[in-house]
Amino acid sequence: MALKVINKTKDFFMEIGDLSYFAVRFFRQAVTPPFEFKELLKQSYQVGNRSLLLVATTGFIIGLVLTLQTRPTLIEFGAVSWMPNMVGISIVREVGPVITALICSGKIASGFGAELGSMRVTEQIDAMEVSGTNPFKYLVVTRILAATLMLPLLVIFGDLIALFGSSLVEFMKGNVSFRLYFNTVFDALSYGDLIPATIKSFFFGFVIGLTGCYKGYKTGRGTAGVGIAANTAVVMASLLLFVVDFVAVFVSDIFYEL
Amino acid sequence: MDIKENIAPHKKDISSEDVVVRIQDMYKSFGDNHVLNGFNMVLRKGENLVVMGKSGSGKSVMIKCLVGLMSPDSGTIEVLGKDITGLNQVDLDILRADIGFLFQGSALYDSMTVRENLEFPMRRHRKKFEGVTDTLPLVQEALENVGLAHTMDLMPEELSGGMKRRVALARAIILKPKLILYDEPTSGLDPITAKEIIELMRSIQKKYGTSALIITHDVDCARVISERMILLVDGINYAEGTYEELVASSDPKINAFFKK
Repeated sequence: MALKVINKTKDFFMEIGDLSYFAVRFFRQAVTPPFEFKELLKQSYQVGNRSLLLVATTGFIIGLVLTLQTRPTLIEFGAVSWMPNMVGISIVREVGPVITALICSGKIASGFGAELGSMRVTEQIDAMEVSGTNPFKYLVVTRILAATLMLPLLVIFGDLIALFGSSLVEFMKGNVSFRLYFNTVFDALSYGDLIPATIKSFFFGFVIGLTGCYKGYKTGRGTAGVGIAANTAVVMASLLLFVVDFVAVFVSDIFYEL
Repeated sequence: MDIKENIAPHKKDISSEDVVVRIQDMYKSFGDNHVLNGFNMVLRKGENLVVMGKSGSGKSVMIKCLVGLMSPDSGTIEVLGKDITGLNQVDLDILRADIGFLFQGSALYDSMTVRENLEFPMRRHRKKFEGVTDTLPLVQEALENVGLAHTMDLMPEELSGGMKRRVALARAIILKPKLILYDEPTSGLDPITAKEIIELMRSIQKKYGTSALIITHDVDCARVISERMILLVDGINYAEGTYEELVASSDPKINAFFKK
């Protein structure tokens, strides 16, 4: 039993070490020419476009549910007019980025894991290397960069849809016009809410891209490994998202105090 | 046949100009699994050399070491006059332009059309095509060589197994390499398609005068295509000779390969 625990712990730290090395390799390759701009553009389009509907749907539902569930309590305290402020700040600062990132980790990280994993087991990555193209740069660097650049845009899009969902409830239940709702939300928001959330989203995107590519690129054990890669990519990305979120909130809190 | 006499061809006096690949004392292990234990091999210019061995005998490992996809633990590998183990990435990529590689499962890029698959190796080897502005004629020529000119805009998923292998062969020859490495070229194919692939390999060699190293466990493929064969057993070149010489051997380990 003790040996099992020791081995698991050892495996965990080995994985962290491997992932860190993979990240260092990414930074080194990302700044070394030649640059794969065409592939980066293609991946950015794929990452952004493929996730739009999912982000919109979840964002809309989150906005709707958050408002519906909070409403009775705010009415009880006679603070229902604070609804746009409360929902706006919570969506922009925390709920929007985290929910969008979690949805994207399911979609993007698993997609990267499965795609690169199947390319690995069918020797497509080897074929790429033999043909003189650096597969790490072509496949990994472009995907991680695409996820890093696209996630903040998806978060902003998801936030707006969530606020629309919330405003719809307020319009139907509280007879609050859309203009009034959005004016109140934007009055309540400050740069201190927007900037940390946006910066955090870049890191979320990086974590999603990194874990998806790491798991896919390192796939072994044949076709079964592809499924494992896709699955573990999502688990690892989701876990790391919360760690990054904690660090981000902790750091931005220090700045607030300053 | 005197097997011992054929075991160490690299020590025979062969003019270095005639040598395309020379492997000397190559060792490769994965943990406790010693795959190659002092493997030696020489491939001469314009020759078709078949390396046969059981599954897991290290054939694919050996061929991957030849293109720098893996590194041997020790030993020297000389390809087209260059020691591949000592090359930096840039020089390795330049050398790779002269090597075509047909992978076991074809390894076509799923997300690209047949045309894009064939154009892909050209993007890094522009120097080889100085003055060429349009790659289409080159792609067309390569596909015509394998009888698949009409598949240019298809995706790999729309092709049969045999067609994929032929497109992969077209991709392997698009840079007009001096050496082609075939990793199990007929595995997973029905006998008729396998025969077609072997015929294509022969016609390509005739047309471009390439040297070929073929890794296989398909005896029929080896019989038809090989000018010389090496049997890889226990990580060493156990026996070497023509197909007829090896078939006539009384050694039980050699006989095991050719038993029907």
